[in-house]
Order: sequence, then C-alpha cells, then structure tokens
Amino acid sequence: MAGTAAVSREALTAFLLRLADDHLILGHRLSEWCGHAPMLEEDLAMPNMALDLIGQARSLYQYAAEVEGRGRDEDQLAYVRRERDYVNCLMAERQNGDFAHTMLRQFYFAAFMQPLWQAVTSSTDEHLAGIAAKAEKEVAYHIRHAGEWVVRLGDGTEESSRRMKAAVEALAPYVDELFESDGVSRAIAEAGIAPDPSTLRPAFDAIVGPVFAEAGLDWVETPYGQTGGRQGRHGEALGFLLAELQYMQRTYPGMRW
Amino acid sequence: MGEAMMSTQSSQSAVHSARRAGEVRSRERAYRAAAAVVDPEIPAVTIADLGILRGVEMEGDVAVACVTPTYTGCPAVLAIELAVEAALRKAGFEPRVERVISPAWTTDWITEEGREKLRAYGIAPPANASNSIRALFGETEVACPRCGSLETARVSEFGSTACKALYRCERCHEPFDYFKCI
Repeated sequence: MAGTAAVSREALTAFLLRLADDHLILGHRLSEWCGHAPMLEEDLAMPNMALDLIGQARSLYQYAAEVEGRGRDEDQLAYVRRERDYVNCLMAERQNGDFAHTMLRQFYFAAFMQPLWQAVTSSTDEHLAGIAAKAEKEVAYHIRHAGEWVVRLGDGTEESSRRMKAAVEALAPYVDELFESDGVSRAIAEAGIAPDPSTLRPAFDAIVGPVFAEAGLDWVETPYGQTGGRQGRHGEALGFLLAELQYMQRTYPGMRW
Repeated sequence: MGEAMMSTQSSQSAVHSARRAGEVRSRERAYRAAAAVVDPEIPAVTIADLGILRGVEMEGDVAVACVTPTYTGCPAVLAIELAVEAALRKAGFEPRVERVISPAWTTDWITEEGREKLRAYGIAPPANASNSIRALFGETEVACPRCGSLETARVSEFGSTACKALYRCERCHEPFDYFKCI
C-alpha cells in the first residue's frame, strides 16, 4: 500500500460508505438470528458478531459524515438513504438461509475483511487506521468462529455436509464482487488509504483454502458472478431488509433514544 | 521605578503560579472523580483500572475527559461517557467527554490492580501481548478464577458481553467468564 496521492472528498466518502454499508447490512442480517439460533451459545455468538459489525459501521458512518461535510450525520446515512444509495456488496444482503449458509457467508466476509483491516492499520489516514486496529482483532474472532463451523458442518453428518455444500453453491456467485476494482478503489489505493480489493484475493484464498480442505469442501467456480452492489443495484432481498431497518426513522423522523 | 516593576513582576508571577497550582489541583480532582466511575457491565472495576480513561485536562473551567472504547460496538461506551459526565458535574465541573479512537485500546491497558479485581470478581483476566494476532488465539492457558486450575475448556467464543468468552473449569466444574484478549 504505497503512494500518498491526494484523494478527493467524494472518493473517500464513497469508499467509507461502501465499507460502512457492508458492515451495517451484514450486521443487521446476523441480528435476525437473535432468539432463533440452534443453540444458546450461538444465540450469544451471532448477536455478538452483529454488534461488532454494527459498531464498526457506526465508526465508519461517523467518519463518512465528517468527510462528506454536507451536514448529514451517522443516523441519516444509516437510516434514511434510499435503496439505490446503498453501496454494500451483494453478499452482505443475502438472506440468512440455514445456519450453514449464514456461517459460510460470515466466514467469507471475515476472510475478505481481515487482510483489508490489517493493511489499513498502516493507512495514511490515521483515523481509519485507528478504526482498523480494533476491527482487525474483532474480525479475527469471526474468522475463527465461523471457520470452525464451516469445518464442523462440512465434515460432519451427511445432512450437515449436504447443507454446507449447498451453501458453497449458493454463495459462489457473490464472491468475485468483493474483489472488484474501480475508480474509487484505485484512488483510495493510490492515496495509501486502503489496498485495492483486487489485490486481496490471494490473502482470502489463503484463509479459505485450508478451512475448505479440512471441511472436505470443494471450491465451486461460477461462470455468472453477480455484481452491481457497489453501484447501488441490489437484489430484492435488500428492500425487505431496509423496510425493517429503517422503519423507526421513517415513521418517526429524527427520533432519538 | 525599577523596584516597582520588579515587585509587579514578582507579584504577577506569584499570581500566575498560584493559578497554575490551582489548575493542577482542579485537574487532579477532576481526574479522581472521573477515574472512580465503574464499568456498567463489570462494576468491580473502574474505568481507570480498565485503561478506558485516557486522561482529564482542564480547558478553563471545563473538565475534558478523554475515553476510549474497548470493543467497537460495545454498548457500554455511551453509558460510561454519561457516567463520566455525571461524575464530573457532581464534583463541580462543567464536563465534556471526548472519544478517542487512535491509538486503539487493547487489553494490555488493564492495570495489574484491574486484573486482580477481575479475578476476584470471578472473571479470568485476559492474556497479555494483545498486539500479536497469534497471541490472541494462544488462549490455551486460561486459569480458573476460582480454583486457579489450568484445566479449563472454552464453552463459547462469545459470552454475555462483547468483551467476554465463556469457559468452564474441568477441576472445580464452575463455569466462568474470560475477558477476551484484544
């Protein structure tokens, strides 16, 4: 992550919103498990991870609001944008499916974020580096936790293995989008703020590979990768999620705790 | 004339140093008030024990306390900030609380006294050396806070709060919380 080219306020805001939206949307998805997990420990674990993600989203939205400088605050960014304004990756908004599906999605996202946060700890942007220093350690717990479940289910009973394999099939079209590169991500990389996602694939593979090997899972190549999240083109799943997420702020605009 | 000036200067300097001393006393008093605030989730330890309180400075009559979040999403952060404000106000100061993110808090900032208090409260204190990701997961040696045995097993990575994992002692069979290394 070399380079210290200047970055525009617009590019930095766009980058921060992508990260923030990923974390908010996935955090919300995880929180949907609260009270429905297959066992008590998981009923604690998933909301705990959701809390980490939403906490990270909050730090990112606060910073995005400050950088944007248009008088919007974290709540307005999180709760009153329209669906097409959200720039999260499509994987984050996918429905939870069964427990295997949720754990694999969590594992993928954590395996994508861990090398990203690690690089950002030495970012030219000190504020972001501070957020990353904490998030890097939090996400390491997510990798371990979700990774253990991928192994346990993949290498478990006939049914658990069938479900984990189905999850690998179902999520395969959403992996490549994580590593997409565009004008925003390149400007951010050139400024030494964060690495371009396209450079993170080897690190992701190095995390996922050994876990898949232990779980007895095969990587599924997909000819039709889904894309569009970073441009605000989402699947229908996001609309339903936002309807719930935004309900309070839409019904009682500006309400506070 | 010269003498008069000298005496004006020395009285000014006396006023100045008296004011300085007053500021130092105020700051120390404000620090003590803020430092006594306990963690809302773990009332056995104060925010000074946990290393959450970075410092208190006086800006005129305003006492500015700097606090740092433990876990990013820890809901106790807001409760702690409000409690610090209340404690400073009660001590007679106009309070302001600032949240400091960088450098990031780590469990290494918990004082020795804080670690001992955690143990006495039934929570195994975190392993040291949180600055290494490897060390974060080298948690094979978590001692039971009740009997001290190292024969313990992790029940769940995530516990009742963001900062804790759930363990069980294989010797005395007591379940206990482990303050996660971060």
